Amino acid sequence: MAVAAPTINEAAPAGRKRIKITRTLVFSILFVAFGVWLILGAINTLTPETSTLLTFGAGTPDLPVPTQIITLISGIYYAAAGVICLIMAQQRLRTILLLIGGVLLIPVIIIIAAADASTNVTTLLSVSLRLSTPIVLGAMAGIWCERSGVSNIAIEGMMLTGACNGFVVFTILSPNLATGEAQLVGVIISILSGGLMSLLLAWLSITYKTNQIVAGTVINIMAVGITSFIRREVLFSSEAGRGTLAPWPIPVLSDMPVVGEIFFSGRPIFYMMFVLVIVTHVMLYFTRWGLRTRAVGENPRAADTLGVNVIRNRWINVFIGGMIAGLAGAWFSLETTGSFDDNMTSGRGFIALAAMIFGKWTPFGAFAGGILFGFSDAMGQRFQFLGVPIPPQFLQMVPYVITIIVLAGLVGRAQAPKADGVPYDKEGK
Amino acid sequence: MSISPATWARTALNRLLDASPLVIALLLAFMVASTLLLALNVSPLEGFASMFEGAFGNENSTAETFVKATPMLFVAIGICIAFRGGMTNVGGEGQMIMGAVAGTAVALAAGEPLGWLGIPLAIIAGFIAGALYGGLAGWLKAWFNVNEILSTIMLNAIAVQFMNFMLNGPMLDPTEAGVNQIPKTARILETIQLPRLSLPLPPGVADLFSLQNAELFARTRLHWGLVIAVLLAVVAYFLLWRTTVGYRIRAVGENERASRYAGISVRGHMVLSMMLAGGFAGLAGIIQVLGLQYRLQTDGSATGFTGNAGFNGIVVALFGGLNPLGAIPASAFFGGLLVGAQKMQRDLGVPAALITSINGLIVIFAVSSEYFRVWLTRRRRLAEAEAQQKAASASTAGVPS
Repeated sequence: MAVAAPTINEAAPAGRKRIKITRTLVFSILFVAFGVWLILGAINTLTPETSTLLTFGAGTPDLPVPTQIITLISGIYYAAAGVICLIMAQQRLRTILLLIGGVLLIPVIIIIAAADASTNVTTLLSVSLRLSTPIVLGAMAGIWCERSGVSNIAIEGMMLTGACNGFVVFTILSPNLATGEAQLVGVIISILSGGLMSLLLAWLSITYKTNQIVAGTVINIMAVGITSFIRREVLFSSEAGRGTLAPWPIPVLSDMPVVGEIFFSGRPIFYMMFVLVIVTHVMLYFTRWGLRTRAVGENPRAADTLGVNVIRNRWINVFIGGMIAGLAGAWFSLETTGSFDDNMTSGRGFIALAAMIFGKWTPFGAFAGGILFGFSDAMGQRFQFLGVPIPPQFLQMVPYVITIIVLAGLVGRAQAPKADGVPYDKEGK
Repeated sequence: MSISPATWARTALNRLLDASPLVIALLLAFMVASTLLLALNVSPLEGFASMFEGAFGNENSTAETFVKATPMLFVAIGICIAFRGGMTNVGGEGQMIMGAVAGTAVALAAGEPLGWLGIPLAIIAGFIAGALYGGLAGWLKAWFNVNEILSTIMLNAIAVQFMNFMLNGPMLDPTEAGVNQIPKTARILETIQLPRLSLPLPPGVADLFSLQNAELFARTRLHWGLVIAVLLAVVAYFLLWRTTVGYRIRAVGENERASRYAGISVRGHMVLSMMLAGGFAGLAGIIQVLGLQYRLQTDGSATGFTGNAGFNGIVVALFGGLNPLGAIPASAFFGGLLVGAQKMQRDLGVPAALITSINGLIVIFAVSSEYFRVWLTRRRRLAEAEAQQKAASASTAGVPS
């Protein structure tokens, strides 16, 4: 997946005059459009009496906000910032303006969406973060694989297999074991079956050097078949099970007013997300293994010359990535729903891939991307609830559209590892 | 130099091995399937017999097989063109959906006054919509160097949401709103539906095979879409191997740099091959509506409408050797596999999902056996070089220095 490989672009005909599409240009135009839309909306549909009541859960005061004024002000800000960015050449100023606009986006959307109603901000943020768990975990899985040069389209399939197998084992064990123990075994099985699927990918793409995308697509197709097969064979006939992983409120911290509910009263896999983001970051940038992994992903031949075993490095990284994807799968069945349905991951593996690309293949970037997509997921549900005239389907498109834009290099160059998706052939040229 | 029988036998064996990866892949997949069937306490022979019976056992099941094969064949034709052009198009699902949405919209709008003219109009609209959607991925690849696999996966997801939006909003049939929660459009007029396909038989033949009707495939769901697909497969074959455009598409796919030096517009042909691929997938979508379902409906997922034809089409194309003509039998084979699997599920209680995984296995084996073939050739070449070297050193050893 050599996304950034400059093969064709270099040969662009020099004579033709074209406006250079830059990140700032695109953003500026988007900002102006968004600002104008906000101003018009504020004048046409909102009245000065309209107000939004923001609540933060028990024990905190509610915050009433005048919707029209806020909408007008933010609309003016966006329009002005867009125009300034178009006119002024100062890169620093532009960046600051755009950044503020980006940060403002989420509160503005919440306030407008909840016009004439109240919305619980704490719940919304906490739901966003929980929904982003599988996306972030999947993105971490992708980083482990792709940083070592194996592009992994099969995160979706690995998640699905993990979700299915973990839950099946949990269901089988639960009559004989305590729920907690059965769940623990289930999660471990999820992790291992994700790893097992990744070994298939490794075997096909590293050892057999098949096209990694074909291998990944095939694994996805197979995962759908295998899991629905297993579900029909095992889960239909068994009645035991159900129930999800128990929440683990962290003793003192979870009692804090807003932050407690958002961060410290989750379930185990939710916490694992934070742990794994940090672990991945440390592994990648502060360990010998991480240095080697990046070397293998960027320039396997050089790494090989210096004595790094490229093939082994890739196998291990892909396996670890697969295990993380399996854990993400356990989030669906064991942590959240307490059941397994055919194709229950419903494209989250691909969104994870999108989050990874959005974060330019870095753990914290991918984390931010995952949270953004989790938020748009949560807003999708919320928008339907509040009756906002934006069809929910368009909100669900957002992550994919953003990914394409990022891939196209309009919003900063997406920098894939150079050897991503290229099989390493020791004897090759 | 005379050829010794041993050499001849080795050459023959090599040829056989070269030609056999697909057969080996099939055999391996069936072996794995047999093992799985045994694990389920089903005799593999009985299982495969039931599958074959379900796929080609009688008039109706054969027709069903072809009905399943039709959209896969359309997609596969497009995939052949795209893959030959060096574009790994996995966006068949999304392109099918876009073709279906646009085509259905035209079919519904055409309505009474245009009569049967609505059919070609809808088909053309489906082709154009699919082509634009596929071309979008091609354009992103050619001008912005966006990996087409990633972009088509993303575009698939976008297309599903777009279809859900259209079916829940602008295209929702008002009389159907709220009925059993499945969003669908109004039924298209009978004049715009593709006619059912049946073959008149010479007198006596029907009695010979104890068919119920004088016409083969009468009273089945088989429709003219199959004929269109087969004809277009032939057209696509000629396009790829008998026209300049096809030559250029293949050249770009084979070697981008060399094509550029030869003066071929690489970017243009990238977009073109993706547009053709998308167009054929779009045809698969609209033909599915015009010939079979008579309305667009879904359960909210892509497969709810496409039945996975967008992905299975890739399998069919690979299995047909990336040749549109090869895709014709390949699509019938996979159609049979899918229909037969359902029969096996009814008869023996073996989940049809098993077949989905076997489909995947076949691709894995097919792709790996390709590697095996390359490895064989390389080993053979090394052996030949070694032999030559030996011969050379033997001849120099005889000459006094």
